[in-house]
Parts: sequence; structure tokens; C-alpha cells
Amino acid sequence: MNGCTERVYNGLIKENPTFVLMLGMCPTLAVTTSAINGVGMGLSTTVVLVLSNMLISMLRKIIPDSVRMPAFIVVVASFVTIVQFLLEGFVPSLYASLGLYIPLIVVNCIILGRAESYASKNPVVLSIFDGIGMGLGFTVGLTAIGLVRELIGSGKVFGFQLLPLADVASGQAGYVPVTIFILAPGAFLVLAGLTALQNKVKLNAAKKGKKVTEAAGCGEGCASCGGCSGKVFPTGNEKE
Amino acid sequence: MKELLIIAIGSAIVNNVVLSQFLGICPFLGVSKKVETASGMGGAVIFVITIASFITGLIYKFILVPLNISYLQTIVFILVIAALVQFVEMFLKKSMPSLYNALGVYLPLITTNCAVLGVALTNVQKDYGILTGVVNGIGTSVGFAIAIIIMAGIREKIEYNDISESFQGTPIVLITAALMSIAFFGFSGLI
Repeated sequence: MNGCTERVYNGLIKENPTFVLMLGMCPTLAVTTSAINGVGMGLSTTVVLVLSNMLISMLRKIIPDSVRMPAFIVVVASFVTIVQFLLEGFVPSLYASLGLYIPLIVVNCIILGRAESYASKNPVVLSIFDGIGMGLGFTVGLTAIGLVRELIGSGKVFGFQLLPLADVASGQAGYVPVTIFILAPGAFLVLAGLTALQNKVKLNAAKKGKKVTEAAGCGEGCASCGGCSGKVFPTGNEKE
Repeated sequence: MKELLIIAIGSAIVNNVVLSQFLGICPFLGVSKKVETASGMGGAVIFVITIASFITGLIYKFILVPLNISYLQTIVFILVIAALVQFVEMFLKKSMPSLYNALGVYLPLITTNCAVLGVALTNVQKDYGILTGVVNGIGTSVGFAIAIIIMAGIREKIEYNDISESFQGTPIVLITAALMSIAFFGFSGLI
């Protein structure tokens, strides 16, 4: 497998940001009320991730080490602002439903994490593919959660009524949506179910004696998401 | 005055920042193992959000709007917040060592707490003035503190429970959060 496809595979499966690394939990829980929103948020993040990885990788020899975090933040925030205006102009409905969470892409651990741990150390093309892989992995994760919540919560899939709804007035039998799954608690429940499932798979694999990669992510405390904790501006007394 | 009170209660309890808006999930899941650390984090967040909503309010009103560059808000706010957090940390270290010892460890983690940027952006989106913005900031951060302290209290008890193997760790915490979120829905008729 060559380097580029390896990066995409790594982001999609091996280090999937949603299910394995548990990064970027805020948008994951907040915007996945429907599959469409999940795809929209995932793709917006992917665009920002690919562009910022590209630019940061290009500038990696120019940016001084001591001010790299503020520099990364400015790069990411600029791309987020561009994406925000594009969405507002071309897909206003998606922009309205994602709302506040578009500018909040700036503080998404995935983007600063990848900038710090990959793009600032690797050549441009590989960094772009790393961004594509991680971004698609994130999109797949969000879409999966969105699909489950939308199907249980309203009987729809991508806005299409898959399960016919019950109608009390005419006595027609059908599906009674569990509305709580589109509300806030549903997000926590679905994610809990999915992580428990993943734990189960891991435990089974561990019993068979396979090596399992440890998940390092926000669930374990934010200190472990690379590059997004710690000091942004150098104070001059850090221990290197 | 009445309006300010409604905004404060609304952002603290009814639209709780963690349980219904999903901001600041990372520290909520990560730093909620003990009540002591959770209250430290809660205190630090209240402190930073209050100052941050005041400063970003000033910058928006007196710099970004007059110069007609309010589209730069995301970039400016995140840099201001990052700088502010470190400034607060250095200031506390020099002048109030006791407070620094209590909050110090949590301060660097706050830069990427999306609740801080979230409050600054909400204040702009909803056209809040500086005073209203600060009240909204205080309300939101008190809401964060309430949620994380309750969560830590529950997690201390969970330690003694017998939980099936695959639900240990993050999943049971998420389920607890879901139940808390359902409970907080009860406040929605308050305003």
C-alpha cells in the first residue's frame, strides 16, 4: 500500500476520529439530529482539515516552533471563516441548521491535533491525504450517528420517510417515532451504545489474544488530544 | 433587570450549555472523575468565561464594528481567548498564588473548551450588549459548573457499582449524561 492510500485508510478505519480516537465530540453530539446534517458538518470539517493541513505543511519550515500554535489557529480560523461564508451563500438551509457549530470548527480537536501531530512534520501531499482520510472518517462517524438518530427519532433516512408513521386520527397502524432520539439525550444514548459496542469488539479481540490499539481521546481527558491542550502562546518558561 | 435575570437563568439551567447545547463536552467527560477537580474546573471556567465575554464584547463593539470587519470575529475571538487564558494564568501566578494553586492546572485546558468561544459568538449572534453578554457568560458558565459537579458526584458513586464489562468507562458516563439531560428537560417550562 503506498503512502497516500495508507493515510486515507488510517483516517477512515484504523484511527477513525469519532469511534477510535473520540475527538471532536461537541459537533458529533450536537449536529447529528439527521444524516444530512451529519454529512454537511463532516464535509465542512473535511474541507477545513484538508486546506489547513496543506497550508501548515507548506509553511512547516517557515513557522518558528515557539509560535506554532497561534499560527495554526490563525490558519484554521481563516479557512473556517471562508467555509462559513461559502455555506451561507450557497446552502443557506444547511447553514441555518448547523448554526453556531460552523465557527466552532476552529476549536475542534481533530484539526489542531492533526496540524500538530502530522501536518507540521510531514510533506504536503501526504498531509493532504491525511486530511482527506481523517475528514472522511469524521464524516462517516457523524453520518452513522445521524442515520441511527434520524431513523429511530423520526422514521426517516436522509429526509425520506422510510417507516410510514402511525396516524391516530384515522387509526392507521405504523411506526411511532421515539422523539427523544432527535432531542439532546438521544445523542448521548446513541454514542453510549456505539462506544459500548466498540468496547465489546475490543474485549472479544483481547480475549483472542490480538493486540488492540489503545484509544487516546477526549474520553480519557483532554490532555491527551495532541496539541489541543497546553499553552498556545509561549511563556518562556516551558520545559522542552 | 428582569430581562437580565431571565437570560441568566435561561443560559444556566434551561438551555444548559453541556446538556442541551453540547459545548464543553471534552472537559465534561474528561475532568469529572472527582468532585474536587470538577469544582476546580467549574470555578476556572466561570472565571475565564466572565472575563472573556466582557473583553470580546468590548472588542466587537469598539473595534470590529466601527472598522466594518466583523466578519473576522472567529479569528479575532479565538486568538483573544487564547491570549487571555494565558494572561490570566500568569497574572494569577504572580499576584494570587492561592487562587492559582486551586485553578492553575485547569486554565490551559480552557482554551479549547468550545463553551468559551461559543458564548462569545452567541453574544454577537443574539445582539447582546456588553452587560447582557457578561450576564449571559456568567449564566452559561455557572450552568457548566452545575453540570460537571453533579456529574462528578454521580461518577464517584458509580465507582462502587457493578457495571457490565463493555459499558465501563465512557459508555456509562454518556448514559449518565443522557439521564441528566432528560432531567434538565424538566426545566424547559421555567421561562
